[in-house]
Amino acid sequence: MSILVDKNTRLLVQGITGREGTFHTNQMIAFGTNVVGGVVPGKGGQSFEGERGKLPIFDTVRAAAEATGANASIIFVPAKFAPEAMYEAADAGLPLVVCLTEHIPVLEMISVRAYLDQRQTRLIGPNCPGLITPGEAKVGIIPSSIVTPGTVGLVSRSGTLTYEVVFALTQRGIGQSTCVGIGGDPIKGMDFIDVLRLFEADPNTSEVIMIGEIGGNAEEQAARYIADHMTKRVTSFIAGLTAPPGRRMGHAGAIVEGKSGTAEGKIAALEAAGVQVAKNPDHIVEMIA
Amino acid sequence: MNLHEYQAKRLFAEHGIPIPPGEVASTPEEARQIARDMGGRAVVKAQVLTGGRGKAGGVKVAQTPEEAETYAKAILGMQIKGLTVNKVLVDALAPGIRQELYLAVLIDRGKRLPMVMASAAGGMDIEEVADKTPEKIHTVHIDPTLGVRSYQTIYLAKSMGLPRELWNDFHEIVAGLYACFKSNDASLTEINPLIITVDDHLMALDGKMSIDDNALSRRPRLAEMRDFDEEPEAEAEAREAGITFIQLDGNIGCMVNGAGLAMATMDIIKLYGGEPANFLDIGGGARADQVATALRLILSDPKVEAVLFNIFGGITRGDEVARGILSALEQIDTSVPMVVRLAGTNAQEGLALLAEADMMTAATLSEAAQKAVAAAEASRGVETAS
Repeated sequence: MSILVDKNTRLLVQGITGREGTFHTNQMIAFGTNVVGGVVPGKGGQSFEGERGKLPIFDTVRAAAEATGANASIIFVPAKFAPEAMYEAADAGLPLVVCLTEHIPVLEMISVRAYLDQRQTRLIGPNCPGLITPGEAKVGIIPSSIVTPGTVGLVSRSGTLTYEVVFALTQRGIGQSTCVGIGGDPIKGMDFIDVLRLFEADPNTSEVIMIGEIGGNAEEQAARYIADHMTKRVTSFIAGLTAPPGRRMGHAGAIVEGKSGTAEGKIAALEAAGVQVAKNPDHIVEMIA
Repeated sequence: MNLHEYQAKRLFAEHGIPIPPGEVASTPEEARQIARDMGGRAVVKAQVLTGGRGKAGGVKVAQTPEEAETYAKAILGMQIKGLTVNKVLVDALAPGIRQELYLAVLIDRGKRLPMVMASAAGGMDIEEVADKTPEKIHTVHIDPTLGVRSYQTIYLAKSMGLPRELWNDFHEIVAGLYACFKSNDASLTEINPLIITVDDHLMALDGKMSIDDNALSRRPRLAEMRDFDEEPEAEAEAREAGITFIQLDGNIGCMVNGAGLAMATMDIIKLYGGEPANFLDIGGGARADQVATALRLILSDPKVEAVLFNIFGGITRGDEVARGILSALEQIDTSVPMVVRLAGTNAQEGLALLAEADMMTAATLSEAAQKAVAAAEASRGVETAS
């Protein structure tokens, strides 16, 4: 058991022939993910020559889904085409879409999100590392070598900071049920609350680590949700205590706007909800061990 | 990316928003000429990408063209919050002001919609208004498929106590400001103050606009509006190289891959008693030449007493980063101590490459931060002694 992706995931790769798409498709297959095909407009009928065999390529997600019975897709296309790819995957009725692409304009994402909200599609990302269920499936780019199966669920807005914490867990022999990188963009698909709800309901997840950062108010909302609805222990780290206000720290999401979205405010809200917040991500492991 | 007031107001005007007549000057003589063309009386306003221009003496009312020249001479070249004023906007003096209002369009992340924010308490710091008298701020959300509806602007106008005669004009201005926001991929369009003149007209006296950096590739016209003089040189060079670099005031330089990890690294430096000298994210899949540029930028800051590298390889490869560090060190003669922490993809290969260089290594982020802080203290000790 796990959340969102497992052995039953049948994955399409949108943009499978690009450099990143090719490399990470091979990585995902090597991890054990059931990749059933690729989608590249204009290359339908060709084959993807993977390290472990061929995969069919389709012109559209709809044709690919009909032919393969796919139930998820991952998007490796540039920002200019990524919104189109998300609309297409949702229109084809796929229940899960993971978009890794960064630099999608915010106003574009508002439209994408509004469209997805009318559908049954769950979106992870954009601008995220994807997700991984150790021992079952990886949909994204989280390094395979740093995870190990277990019962700790992890949800994070950051990429490499997630790796840092997951790797520390694995080194201490603490396994993970599923690790979800929801991405750092201001407008995105699933947020902390959506993932926390799934972890709370997942019988194989015993507790949860939540990694946030400055900007927005998703951590504050998550704090309220945790206080009202979570029975499982949640441990957290919030990055950006030293970030100066008004400056964009690399992520579209990581900016302190006025007095809202500060690390202090988020930490206070989480602590008030009974969440233990680490001052140093290296300490999370000791806090839950 | 932030626009200057004159750039924002020109874009507002394209969407039918009334602004005072005005022109930009880069010399006092130009300022005098513009003031003369507009009839003599003018406001001379420093064009600089920061707030607090008025308090710094960067906004002056001139009664004659000669006075406009004198003021322009004083303002041009002035430093406001570390930024040099290179241009002034010379605006015709607005007719008498009956009232100052506030109007903005921005994105409400929580509701995932554009939002119009309006207040009758214009002309002052809106964050202060929001803090002290939140009841004076009125908002409506815009559905992108519907645009601004008249019932929404009537609600705002009524809440702000605008006279009935101004409701139609106010609607046009709100609709124009939203159209300007949308068609330019802005993250903020703001008019503060939006004035009611003594002859009962609305006019945008000041303008502020921020553009979504991710949209600049599809808005070439806006990309050309970037004022390179306003950006610190090091940050501009980093942007060219595809690195995100923000200069801070501390003593420990850091180079990290990923924004979240970079912020966490800064936090931990502080936790162990140091101060981060910068935020630097080399991004995913950084190449050796980018790493070399990044290290050069960090070391160009004389305050830096130690450098901490924290690379958790995923897409980024440890050996590639190590090659970048080595090639940078071939070009730069430095005695600044360095601490390297590599993990993830090809970390061992990277550490092997760096074994010949004179660098400290660390297994964890905490250890790396502690070593960097200690090294900075030690290097300060050496300097004091010599």
